[in-house]
Amino acid sequence: MAKPQLRSIDTAIAPAPPAFSFQGVSRNFGAKSVLSNIDLSVPQGQFVAIIGKSGCGKSTLLRLLAGLDQPDGGTISRAEAEPGQSGIRIMFQEPRLLPWARVVDNVAVGLTGLAGKAEAKARAHDLLARVGLAGRDGEWPSVLSGGQRQRVALARALIGQPSVLALDEPLGALDALTRIEMQHLLGRIWQTQGFTAVLVTHDVAEAVILADRVIVLDAGKVALDLAIPLPRPRRHGHPDLAVYEQKILAQLFGDEAV
Amino acid sequence: MTAQFNRFGAAVGWLLPVVILLAWEAMSRLGVITENVLPAPTEVFAAFLRVLQSGDLARNIGVSSWRALTGLAIGGSIGFALGLANGLSLFSRNITDTTLQMVRNVPHLALIPLVILWFGIDEGAKLFLVALGVFFPIYVNTLLGIQTVDPQLIEMGRTYGMDRRALFLRVILPGALPSIFVGLRYALGIMWLTLIVAETISASSGLGYMAMQAREFLMIDVVVLSILIYALLGKLADSFVRLLERVCLQWHPAFQKTVRT
Repeated sequence: MAKPQLRSIDTAIAPAPPAFSFQGVSRNFGAKSVLSNIDLSVPQGQFVAIIGKSGCGKSTLLRLLAGLDQPDGGTISRAEAEPGQSGIRIMFQEPRLLPWARVVDNVAVGLTGLAGKAEAKARAHDLLARVGLAGRDGEWPSVLSGGQRQRVALARALIGQPSVLALDEPLGALDALTRIEMQHLLGRIWQTQGFTAVLVTHDVAEAVILADRVIVLDAGKVALDLAIPLPRPRRHGHPDLAVYEQKILAQLFGDEAV
Repeated sequence: MTAQFNRFGAAVGWLLPVVILLAWEAMSRLGVITENVLPAPTEVFAAFLRVLQSGDLARNIGVSSWRALTGLAIGGSIGFALGLANGLSLFSRNITDTTLQMVRNVPHLALIPLVILWFGIDEGAKLFLVALGVFFPIYVNTLLGIQTVDPQLIEMGRTYGMDRRALFLRVILPGALPSIFVGLRYALGIMWLTLIVAETISASSGLGYMAMQAREFLMIDVVVLSILIYALLGKLADSFVRLLERVCLQWHPAFQKTVRT
């Protein structure tokens, strides 16, 4: 496990080498251009939130990053994964747990090809405790609540100690209170593990509370690249957060809406 | 539902057959049902003891069960293998599926005259018919099961680096299993049906043969006994598959005893 490390604004002072970068990346579906000429470089350990209206291309960007889709133009470069670690992991909006595998075995899926069965199980057991599911190892996913399933999915994504964790609206389907709980958990785990996080979301408050940097996508282009140099832990409803939320909302809807 | 209620629910299923049996016995004794139409349950039971003692019953049940299970094993494994192949490979499906769907629409019992010409009244004829009968439900449901595995789970498996073998064993096969079991239960019904028809038409042993022999000697009690044994064997086979389902599909909410949220 990575040692706990403090970071927040100091990443901006001494920029780490990039975890990944997009150079002039484009993606079209038929005649429709979803992403056009995206340039984006994300230093290692940064928490980036990508926000935008439906159909702005944010999920496509994440799928390109995760290698689930290939760009039509431009290049995507990713830092090499260290041996025994997974490079990039994606967490989807749905938990996508195997219904026929017990919770601990679902988490162990994250070590496919990285560790043996016994080791994978032992590590899965430890990680379940860290996402607040201690003692639930032997349960079937069907008896868990939506929030608990998403915790299992988070544990599965983290167990391979990824250098980049891509999150595709993972909290979008949860109720408001569970979502806040999960945001705290995600923030805490990111602070101790030291991976690069890329969170696609449609929730401005969520982006501001979690991210070092918010990218607003509009019509396939980067419309705003905003650093959020606020100390952590951040609390919902803090006036400093509201300033950044306003800026982002103004970019998304123009001045008249907010 | 409480566990107690469930136990009661399982027992209550046998209540109706017992009531029917009692009413049947009563009507026979009162002479409402005459003996040459339907003998009383006690007489059927007497016939049961008779054929049991002579050893005919055990021998015929043994012969019929052997045919049924061998036919199931042959037809079922071919159906399962083709279902897998066509579910996993578009190439294989393109080549065979149209043909199989055409053959499926021919009632397999319509082949009996042809089968008798080919195999005579040997074991081969019965096995062929049973195998053909059970092939289709297992093929169709295995194929359907594989085709309806959640593509999101397959994508998840790929992103976590599962190779083809792991993907099949950990995602596709378990996902198709509930559907495969549906196919197996259909197949069991068809298995008995086919065997009874085949044995009734052309055989020199087996339960169907026993019933036909009894008819020739007007032993209605034995005929009725044979029919009851079919019912029991069918129920037995179904219970066996239910047991298998409970073991293999523990994860499925439908097979869990307690449901929590």
